[in-house]
Amino acid sequence: MDLAGFLVQLLNGVQAGFLLFLVASGLTLVFGIIGVINLAHGAFYMIGAYLAFWLTGLTGSLLAAVVVGVAVLVVLGIAVERLAIGFLYNRDHLQQVLLTFGLILVLDDLQRLIWGSDFHSVPVPAVLSGAVALTQQQDYPVYRLFVSAVCIAVALGLFVLIQRTRVGMAIRAAASNREMAEALGIDVGRLFTLVFALGVALAGFAGMVAAPISAVYPGMGDRILILAFVIVVIGGIGSVKGAFAGAMLVGIADTFGRVLVPEVASMVMYGVMAVVLLWRPQGLFGRPA
Amino acid sequence: MIALGSRARAVLAACAALSVLTAFPWIGGEFYVDLVVRLMILAIFAMSLDLLIGYTGLVSFGHAAFFGIAGYTLASLTPAAAPANLVVVLPAALVASALAATVIGYLSLRTAGVGFIMITLAFAQMLYYVANESRAFGGSDGVLILFRPELTLQGRPLLDLEDPTVFYYLVLACLAGVLLLLRSLVRAPFGRVIRAIRIDDRRTRALGFATGRYKLASFVIAGTLAGLAGFLEAAHGGYVSPGALSWHQSGLVMAVVILGGMGTLYGPILGAFAFGLLQDQVQDWTEHTGLVVGLFVIAMVLLAPRGLAGLLSGVLSGALSGAPKTRERPAAPRGPR
Repeated sequence: MDLAGFLVQLLNGVQAGFLLFLVASGLTLVFGIIGVINLAHGAFYMIGAYLAFWLTGLTGSLLAAVVVGVAVLVVLGIAVERLAIGFLYNRDHLQQVLLTFGLILVLDDLQRLIWGSDFHSVPVPAVLSGAVALTQQQDYPVYRLFVSAVCIAVALGLFVLIQRTRVGMAIRAAASNREMAEALGIDVGRLFTLVFALGVALAGFAGMVAAPISAVYPGMGDRILILAFVIVVIGGIGSVKGAFAGAMLVGIADTFGRVLVPEVASMVMYGVMAVVLLWRPQGLFGRPA
Repeated sequence: MIALGSRARAVLAACAALSVLTAFPWIGGEFYVDLVVRLMILAIFAMSLDLLIGYTGLVSFGHAAFFGIAGYTLASLTPAAAPANLVVVLPAALVASALAATVIGYLSLRTAGVGFIMITLAFAQMLYYVANESRAFGGSDGVLILFRPELTLQGRPLLDLEDPTVFYYLVLACLAGVLLLLRSLVRAPFGRVIRAIRIDDRRTRALGFATGRYKLASFVIAGTLAGLAGFLEAAHGGYVSPGALSWHQSGLVMAVVILGGMGTLYGPILGAFAFGLLQDQVQDWTEHTGLVVGLFVIAMVLLAPRGLAGLLSGVLSGALSGAPKTRERPAAPRGPR
């Protein structure tokens, strides 16, 4: 592999990492703050991609689709939390796993009911459809760079929301001691609804911006969910910093795995995970149990 | 009504169920015999997972890995034009599942709780993608197993599994065998230790038990028994595909265990029959099985967290007269760390 090729793959890996971070951060946030394992996270990613496909078709603009789509996802997240997840905070993890598994079955079938089982694609917006020249022979699509920039912006936004705002302070307070936060007058129930909806919106948003890069198809959420799990385990459960490191590691390892050892590419990241677990069972940024 | 102790009622119910199952090939038609075979295989699979989640407190979300491995072992050991010998392929399949469970269990048990759920899932998915993408294992199409294995000893055929009735009794014998094995296992000192681990790992360690080894042993036994179920399933269907390894399989069997009632011996069997029959009915009725089954699972989690066994043990022990239930599972520590 020459230098330019290496550079392109590295960019691809980093860009994939950013996208994975969006998904994994929602998963780890929901777990870290409200203590719920959301298996349906990947299904929300898929719903996001389908919303992007459907709304882009209706409005002709990916931007409009994303704005409307995020609103739809937030409403969906609030409904799911209010009707189902909210009853499970005091139950075993096992029950959360099972409930969100049931949710996947329902969402997958709803997706087939509404949009059918065909593969779809979403066009890259015209403004972003160009390519920049890396070297004389190598171009790089603008949209992929744009996706990375959007992911960085969202990550910064998350950081500011949680560390620098009043709501964020309340969220952190509720995460570390629910009863005490309630005694101080914080409406923890509503806060948790908000956090869950935020997680759903993050997953769906990732699905929307990824739609023009990958195809939109049934079951696309499965693979991303497993990747997000691997990332969260590598990074340390509940740690957003860990999710970032894990996402980069997996994004780059997976991209280079596909180029260098295509036969066993899908095993590379699991190998990375096994090595990390042997070395640090609690994950890179996790606190020891 | 004659007053019977709850134990006597349970024994009576078990005998009744066993005699119905034994007589079934004469009562039921070919279609239903086939259905019951599938339900019994699912029951074996669910019982093996219950040893982990119900007794040891290890929530494995990758149990399909061992189910699928056994199926693929049978597929790769079956010659193209002749049946394989049961004496060879069954132990081979079980050993393959046990080996995989040892490796995956060793690595996964370094984590606990949620990490364990996620990592077992990730390992099973890894195997899924291997099977899905490798040409040797037929990729996403899977592999056909043209002949069911037959039991031959020193060249003499003893059992021909192509006969549906013979196959039915083989599966029934496996079901009964696994039930008896697990029954003696959970009553043995080993069973007491794993149940203690479920309640409090640290205290059990403080009592002087190497809990890591007990957990690994439990994981390997459960994986091997899942392999038995996977072997029977592959032999029954004549076919194995990556679907056998997929996380839908792991999730469904977990739903069966919890639906039936975990931490009991008969709960997974009840769950397998209830869930399998439900799925079968729904399939006839609509093509959107996921929607119906998913809503059913959600409703069960919300409304009957102790599963069918919880409901039934209420009836058997006469709890309808108002006796308090005390066998609640202690709540896991809540919330984020």
